[in-house]
Amino acid sequence: MNENPFLGALEWLSDPARWTGPSGIPLRTAEHLGYTALGVLVAALIAVPVGLYVGHTGRFKGLAVGAAGVARALPTLGLVTLFALLVGIGLTAPLLSFVILAIPSLLAGAYSAVESADPATVDAARAQGMTEWQILTRVELPLGMPLLVGGVRGATVQVVATAMLAAYVGSGGLGRYIFQGLGSQDYPQMIAGSLLVIVLALVLDLALLLLQRATAPRGTAAA
Amino acid sequence: MSWVLENLDVIAGYTGAHLVQALPPILLAFALSLPLAKLANSRGWLRTGVTTTSGLMYAIPSLPLFVLLPGLIGTGVRSPLNIVIALTLYGLALMVPTASDGFRSVSRDVLGSATAQGYAPAARFWQVELPLAGPVLLGGVRVVAVSTISLVTVGGVLGVPSLGMLFVDGVRRGIVAEIAAGVVATAALALLTDALLVLLGRLLMPWHRGREGSRP
Amino acid sequence: MIGFENVRKEYPGGTLAVEDFTLEIASREAVALVGTSGSGKTTLMRMINRMVDPTSGRVTIDGEDVAAMDPVRLRRSIGYVMQASGLLPHRTVLDNITTVPVLRGTAKGEARERARELMDTVGLDPELASRYPAQLSGGQQQRVGVARGLAADPNILLMDEPFGAVDPIVREELQSELQRLQRDLRKTIVFVTHDIDEAFRIGDCVVILRPGGRIAQVGTPQEILAGPADDFVASFVGADRGARTLHVERVDGRDVVVDADGRAAGVLAGAPAGGGNGSSGAGSRGTGSHRADGGHEGGRGQEPPR
Repeated sequence: MNENPFLGALEWLSDPARWTGPSGIPLRTAEHLGYTALGVLVAALIAVPVGLYVGHTGRFKGLAVGAAGVARALPTLGLVTLFALLVGIGLTAPLLSFVILAIPSLLAGAYSAVESADPATVDAARAQGMTEWQILTRVELPLGMPLLVGGVRGATVQVVATAMLAAYVGSGGLGRYIFQGLGSQDYPQMIAGSLLVIVLALVLDLALLLLQRATAPRGTAAA
Repeated sequence: MSWVLENLDVIAGYTGAHLVQALPPILLAFALSLPLAKLANSRGWLRTGVTTTSGLMYAIPSLPLFVLLPGLIGTGVRSPLNIVIALTLYGLALMVPTASDGFRSVSRDVLGSATAQGYAPAARFWQVELPLAGPVLLGGVRVVAVSTISLVTVGGVLGVPSLGMLFVDGVRRGIVAEIAAGVVATAALALLTDALLVLLGRLLMPWHRGREGSRP
Repeated sequence: MIGFENVRKEYPGGTLAVEDFTLEIASREAVALVGTSGSGKTTLMRMINRMVDPTSGRVTIDGEDVAAMDPVRLRRSIGYVMQASGLLPHRTVLDNITTVPVLRGTAKGEARERARELMDTVGLDPELASRYPAQLSGGQQQRVGVARGLAADPNILLMDEPFGAVDPIVREELQSELQRLQRDLRKTIVFVTHDIDEAFRIGDCVVILRPGGRIAQVGTPQEILAGPADDFVASFVGADRGARTLHVERVDGRDVVVDADGRAAGVLAGAPAGGGNGSSGAGSRGTGSHRADGGHEGGRGQEPPR
């Protein structure tokens, strides 16, 4: 670290060779996005139906809250390394940890979305003759959509970070640059990799924040 | 299992180092969030700014932050100080909006009647406002504590000693039991701290029976 | 016709909401269930559309046990209006009114047309159709609630303290509009309230409940005022207070009705024996002989018949 390492990082980033080829920045970014999308999607397929069920019926609420709490206490790096050893190299090991770590946010998002509907509104909908499915899809979900998207947002942030750590045990993605830099004592490259991950994380977060705003039901904000 | 029994001293040593990095951020985030939240609540635009910044801060993964800090403040890449500073920032990102909500949840009427009874501003804060915001603050500290204890392990990949070293060492040497021990020890430390906080809350706020089990 | 036969409702945990309730409600009649909180009045009403199922006993509609009916279809055939309206906050006024017809499969255009008619019926400005509930006043929200309850043209309309959350002036306005509506539509209305004045005003028949759903007295407002069954009823309807013991004083050649404290309550219109100036659902009552001028209705002052 004799010179300013940030200048070194800029130099690293501005090298045209970094922007092409199988270990180039575009492909690594695409890999990272792919991991994130796949992880959140698989986790959502599991957690959202369960969360909607818990929120609508109020059953197993304690169990869901407790499980989400325990899952939050699990160290990300621990899961990534554990599955790498148990399952071996490939997509399955990191995907397992993405899914496990994305579930708490999605679960909490889904049940709090359903629970957020005013009980009097739900009662009135039932009294008018809506079926339980209609109450869920036409009343509870539209009203709670921003909270559900909030859960997706939390899960995405979590998986972006986890996908970076997965590079430690051999996956692709933007984390590669950081660990390569660590191995070769190339601090500017580590900084460059870090900046790329931060930008990706912020862009995804902002996009989901906008989606969250866009799904806010009309009518409820105007008071 | 035998690996665990043979290496209890290693685990104990890492647990100590882990706590040294985890406890200061938790305490700092709590203590600093109170004045920052009061400040944020005094101006509408400031509050919006704080909430937005906190949200974005929370989106940044921890490892890149651990990597950037040495270049910004001149510490070594393996210095535990980076971890403490970065995790304090995360703690603040979570705690300031929570504390801001907590103070706003205190009824204006109660504060007004406290003033009318003759509480001086400082006394009113310590004896009325802070205790009444207590349950919300406690909820925030619990989330900060659990996530901080879990995040300390990430420093392991940079060579900063903590329970995270069990993952790094375990994957390098192919010892599943070592990693499993690290996962269990970290989760147990987090859940134990959480339980202690709940207990502390019951002692300090006997009027609020910890019925609130859920988290934001 | 709605029938309650030895109905009992016990909640898990041992709370006894209704002990043993039997009542018949004639078709096209407005019945007011009135009582304090804990009298089981809302529970009883919600048994009709199976929002609550009785622990024992039967509830029947036209002789058919509701327990044998599909709750969703049953509810779609019964109008329901509740306190604070219960409107869907994310749907416009028009969409809220068309909810049930659309659920029942009515074409959207047809449902909307009917909804616009109903808005007119309940006295809502057509311009409000595209507003959201939060953009309406409390009184307007309740009118939407009534329109929604009537949208599927049900024979039965259940009303759970529908005007409880609006201010007294708007409440009186809504009450008289409901009376007007009922004169035109002649639905079977079950109206739950804790306000005895409202019960007397809306109900052709009034059921006064004690805690646990026990009936203290059933009758027309006139019958109850003329002969309270016991001290509980007398005190509940306020027969022992000045406001209900009216007498006539002659002032400047006109008959002025005055209460026990000497405060003027109104002026007698027309001949004392006429009795045609009633203000609440007079046509459906059939008990005109009870309509004593010194009774409760006289205390309402001058109100045009229509």
